[in-house]
Amino acid sequence: MSAATQGTAYRPSTGRRIQAWFANRFALIVAVFVLLYLFVPVAYTFVFSFNNYRKSNITWNPEGSPTLKHWQNPCGAPGVCDSLVKSLEIGAIATLAATVLGTLLAFALVRYKFVGRGTGNLLTFIPMATPEIVLGASLLTIFVQGFSNVGLRLGFWTIVIAHIMFCISFVVVTVKARLQSLDPRLEEAAQDLYAGPGSTFWKVTFPLVLPGIVGAAMLAFSLSFDDFIITNFVSGSETTFPKFVYVSYLRGIPAQANVIGFSMFVIAVLLVVLGQVIGNARKPK
Amino acid sequence: MSALAHIGAGQGAPAGPDTAKRGSWMPYLLLLPGMLWLIVFFVVPLVQLFTVSLQSKFPGYPGYYYRDLNFKNYWSALTEFAPHFGRSLLFAGLATFFAFCLAYPLAYAMAFKAGRWRGLMMICIIAPFFTSFILRTIAWRQILADEGPVAKTLNFLHVLPGGHITETWMAVVAGLTYNFLPFMVLPIYASLERADPRIIEAGGDLYANGFTTFRTVTLPMSMPGVLAGTLLTFIPAAGDYVNAELLGSDRSTKMVGNVIESQFFKVPGGYPTAAALSFTLMALILALVFVYVRKFGTEELL
Amino acid sequence: MAGFREATGDLRIENVTKEFGDFTAVDDLTLSVPRGSFFALLGPSGCGKTTTLRMVAGLEQPTRGRILIGDTDLTGSRPYERPVNTVFQSYALFPHLTVRDNVAFGPKRRGQKDATRMADEALELVQLPHLAARKPAQLSGGQQQRVAVARALVNRPEVLLLDEPLGALDLKLRRQMQVELKRIQTEVGLTFIHVTHDQEEAMTMADTVAVMNHGRIEQMGPPAQMYDLPKTAFVANFVGQSNLGHGRITGRDGDFFVADVHGSTVKIPAARSAVDSGDILFGVRPEKVHLARDSHDVIDRTRKVALGDDMKATVVDVSFIGVATQYLVQVASGATWSVYEQNLDVDPIDLKPGDPVWIEWDPAHAFAVAAEGAEIPAGPVLGDPVDMPRDTVS
Repeated sequence: MSAATQGTAYRPSTGRRIQAWFANRFALIVAVFVLLYLFVPVAYTFVFSFNNYRKSNITWNPEGSPTLKHWQNPCGAPGVCDSLVKSLEIGAIATLAATVLGTLLAFALVRYKFVGRGTGNLLTFIPMATPEIVLGASLLTIFVQGFSNVGLRLGFWTIVIAHIMFCISFVVVTVKARLQSLDPRLEEAAQDLYAGPGSTFWKVTFPLVLPGIVGAAMLAFSLSFDDFIITNFVSGSETTFPKFVYVSYLRGIPAQANVIGFSMFVIAVLLVVLGQVIGNARKPK
Repeated sequence: MSALAHIGAGQGAPAGPDTAKRGSWMPYLLLLPGMLWLIVFFVVPLVQLFTVSLQSKFPGYPGYYYRDLNFKNYWSALTEFAPHFGRSLLFAGLATFFAFCLAYPLAYAMAFKAGRWRGLMMICIIAPFFTSFILRTIAWRQILADEGPVAKTLNFLHVLPGGHITETWMAVVAGLTYNFLPFMVLPIYASLERADPRIIEAGGDLYANGFTTFRTVTLPMSMPGVLAGTLLTFIPAAGDYVNAELLGSDRSTKMVGNVIESQFFKVPGGYPTAAALSFTLMALILALVFVYVRKFGTEELL
Repeated sequence: MAGFREATGDLRIENVTKEFGDFTAVDDLTLSVPRGSFFALLGPSGCGKTTTLRMVAGLEQPTRGRILIGDTDLTGSRPYERPVNTVFQSYALFPHLTVRDNVAFGPKRRGQKDATRMADEALELVQLPHLAARKPAQLSGGQQQRVAVARALVNRPEVLLLDEPLGALDLKLRRQMQVELKRIQTEVGLTFIHVTHDQEEAMTMADTVAVMNHGRIEQMGPPAQMYDLPKTAFVANFVGQSNLGHGRITGRDGDFFVADVHGSTVKIPAARSAVDSGDILFGVRPEKVHLARDSHDVIDRTRKVALGDDMKATVVDVSFIGVATQYLVQVASGATWSVYEQNLDVDPIDLKPGDPVWIEWDPAHAFAVAAEGAEIPAGPVLGDPVDMPRDTVS
């Protein structure tokens, strides 16, 4: 009994149809606005990187703007590139160390049953549930009142130590999730197919967990690179990029900071897109 | 198939027979470096923070302390800075609420409506992170400034009480909401994505009303993500001082983070006070987390 | 490959017990599977069949007992040291490797130089050489299943274990794969051990079927023999269906026991009774029972069939299932019996619920199993009286 033969098919009124259209797309419409909202300050940063400002890069100077001079000379402002290099160095070291330590922890916590497993889980979780300012404050007190006795001064390495510490938890959580979703039968199948413990790990387990480890490393790097609060507590006179921006805020941030900030955004997007393109290309048709 | 055989298999299976054999020392070996790091640079500093919070000032020598069990530090710090503590909790609570309101539709759209745009949306959420958050917060200060477009428009419409956004609590809450929004989106998205869309369809089948389906089926299924997102937003927001510093005023919007920071760096002899405030903040937040985990069983966090 | 144990011969499981905490999954199991045979382990969920399989594979170690191939004791050795391969229930194909690399995985681990060629040959055997370059995620369920078979077979194991390998496939594909697996087994001549809860699958494929329940083997033998003469009430209803009724042996008449079942006197061939006195469960397969429309019919038939046993009954339900029609009838004692009548004629079904009928069978087809501790698997309600609203059927 089709609607056509009936003649009196149910047709909702136009008002109702518009209402239904919006109801169906409500979430999508809000989502687009939220995404735009996320990009507002990025766009601002981008636009003001072309500002031919005089004293401080706060108001738009119509005279001579837009200018490319900050883009042509991104290291033109004193200290900006030094701080960037420091941030990249710290990020690289902290990411490497935190990824290795965190991955080992995740394997131990997921793959083994042992006395102290609960405590281990708790100890890797609590740093994530602790506000950064508390992490920074506690590290400051120990560095100043405790570890300075063994010759550890606030600076580059105290920042690295702190970043490794707070990145470990995030690595553990990410790698753990990947490990937990791994089908145990795959490793059984490897053993069944004459792979000993070593080749089971390197030929099956590790390749399957690797995407999780890579994801964890990317997360660790972005957390380290963008960290300000903890860094500010433990950096002494060392300056990272976020600290440079914060400190120079009072006397005016050079537009070079905008150039670098926006470039990092572009590089990150390109890397992610590139990764996806390679990932897609690898899948044979 | 055989449920009991699976239980049996489950006991040894994830570890495999080999690991079970070496289980006695292997996990500790794997744990050792990471745990050592966390103990030396997380647990020990916290203990130190606690002892500092009980230290007393050396009379006549600002910046010098002696070991003590001076619990009065807590009392004086908490009475003196109670408004800041209250603001921290209030602002973080508001920011968490607003972030939830913005994040849920976004996560929902990504999980169920985005189709092949899902990957792009994910990039859009994460990418702004790479423009330093300090830079973006400063950008907000300029955008929300009195001569900026937002304040001008609202003032033109006469809907902005006081005539300012920056230097008020509104700017601070807006900044907090903005900065921690992705921490709310990602866990909610993860839990929605894991949910079986057929269950939601079945819900739509049982309840004609779309909102009822959402309330009775979709929302409960995404609850673990909502809880995780709430914590991941609230915790950093409560301890933040950058937003209050850059967007707020010198007086009425300072949060506990600002106090801790200035007691450490600007006030001579402020260490015990700052440590007491830090320790109280941490205790408060950990208590909150454990109540949460207890009540809702947010196992995914652990 | 270090530690690899060459072994040829029959698979022998000797007094194997496997306990998980308080739960005994496999209870003192002894079993011998001749080399080159197709052996099926059949049983319901949790009966211990998968645990048995995992112990043969080396993925679990027995709590007690030994597992041997020929004279080589494999107990305690690791999965990668055994000449045994498994086709896993969910296939467990490595998602990061191509089909060819999946199949070549075993030969490579054993240091075979021509591993890729061996893999291609194995793919030939399962008729998938054209998909060698794909990733498992790009294959259909049936194709994945064949790859899993190829990946195990390529190693020419002494024993191939199949853990419910067809469970994830739809019915049509299942039938097709059953034939395929049987063909491959005949072709390569290896020992296949097939674990399944599907009795039809076990019956069509295996030379020998062992029915497991509660970690023990209830009965073992060729499929036809097991169907014809179940030794326990569990087997009687797990392998096909049976009409079972509580009864008691009252005497002997030549080669037959005479028994009283719900007030009717029936005969059971002595050779077909698992017990020789006392309480029994009396059974007849539904297709061995005939329905007579009226008593004349019965009298005529009883004259023809010398030893016919019969009972008066009432039709409760009629369901047409194509090749046959299934009748549920209620006998005087209140028990419900199932009767299959083959649809040989084109006559319309003439019986309807409430009609009186006579049921009769050749006593040579009757069997008896022990009533003590008898466990009847869930299924159509047959045999013993159930509460049936009398007024609706009479």
